Amino acid sequence: MTPRMAHATDTVTAADPLVIAGVELRSRLLLGTGGFRSLEHMAAAIEASGTALVTVALRRIDPAARGSIVDVLDAAQVRLLPNTAGCHTARDAVLTAKLAREAFGTDWVKLEVIGDDRTLLPDAPALLEAAEELVDAGFVVLPYTNDDPILARRLEDVGCAAVMPLGSPIGSGMGLLNPYNLRLIQERAGVPVILDAGVGTTSDAALAMELGYDAVLCASAVSRADDPVAMAHAIRLGIEGGRLAYRAGRIPRRLHALASTPDDGIPAF
Amino acid sequence: MTIQLNGEERAIAPGTTVLALLDVLDVPGGARGVAVAVDAEVVPRGEWETTTLDDGARVEVLRAIQGG
Repeated sequence: MTPRMAHATDTVTAADPLVIAGVELRSRLLLGTGGFRSLEHMAAAIEASGTALVTVALRRIDPAARGSIVDVLDAAQVRLLPNTAGCHTARDAVLTAKLAREAFGTDWVKLEVIGDDRTLLPDAPALLEAAEELVDAGFVVLPYTNDDPILARRLEDVGCAAVMPLGSPIGSGMGLLNPYNLRLIQERAGVPVILDAGVGTTSDAALAMELGYDAVLCASAVSRADDPVAMAHAIRLGIEGGRLAYRAGRIPRRLHALASTPDDGIPAF
Repeated sequence: MTIQLNGEERAIAPGTTVLALLDVLDVPGGARGVAVAVDAEVVPRGEWETTTLDDGARVEVLRAIQGG
């Protein structure tokens, strides 16, 4: 095989963009904004991450709040992905998505319908119900889902623009607990697959990309690291490396060794 | 008359609009990242000025925060 002369890294950003609902994004790292110690830490981490899409949330107004997150994110020139965090029913999630559309002027939504406060795992039937309703209402729906290949397929079938299975529970940092299921989801998906939740450090993000995932969404791994800016940079590089490795095509795993030095011409002493 | 504002009772003058309420709360009416629901229905930004609040209305005034 003739080696390609073009630098492989060129394909990561220039020739190999992430496309969601027809929108080209310059980075395969989606960044959650929760958990940063300050808006200044958040802004610095966004810059280091190179992300083009960040999550935001809606909560009741707080008269004591200082600074506008929207102003900071606008200055960073990133697209906003409002979430429905904290919603436990399809009804609440749909209403929250509609409020977010008013608040942020975007019809993109990271759909979360939580089934249990201890694990924060998605409520599958409610998630599917909310996804269908929001797609019908014209939203670009990116659902946070279980690592269940059948549910992922159902979410795609109702018109979700991507599917975002968890590696492990939100904020747990346990990485990818079921790479087999995650691979099954990736293998048959017709929309972008985004690893959402559970990333603890760079290798988790790289593994997701090596499995063929189109992007990784990180929040706590960056925002709660000792040095969020350095971790944002590290995970960015891990995602780029993982994407390159996926496209490069890894060698198969073998039970036994395969010599890399030829046997022919071994001298006899 | 009283409304339920973000889960707490609050006295307002009859005829108060959503926009007037936001003004009292020191929420800039033109700001992105703010949304209002009345009785579990979204009040679109373009209707803040014309939507008056009824006695007992359940009003949620939300703003953008870090999350996700």
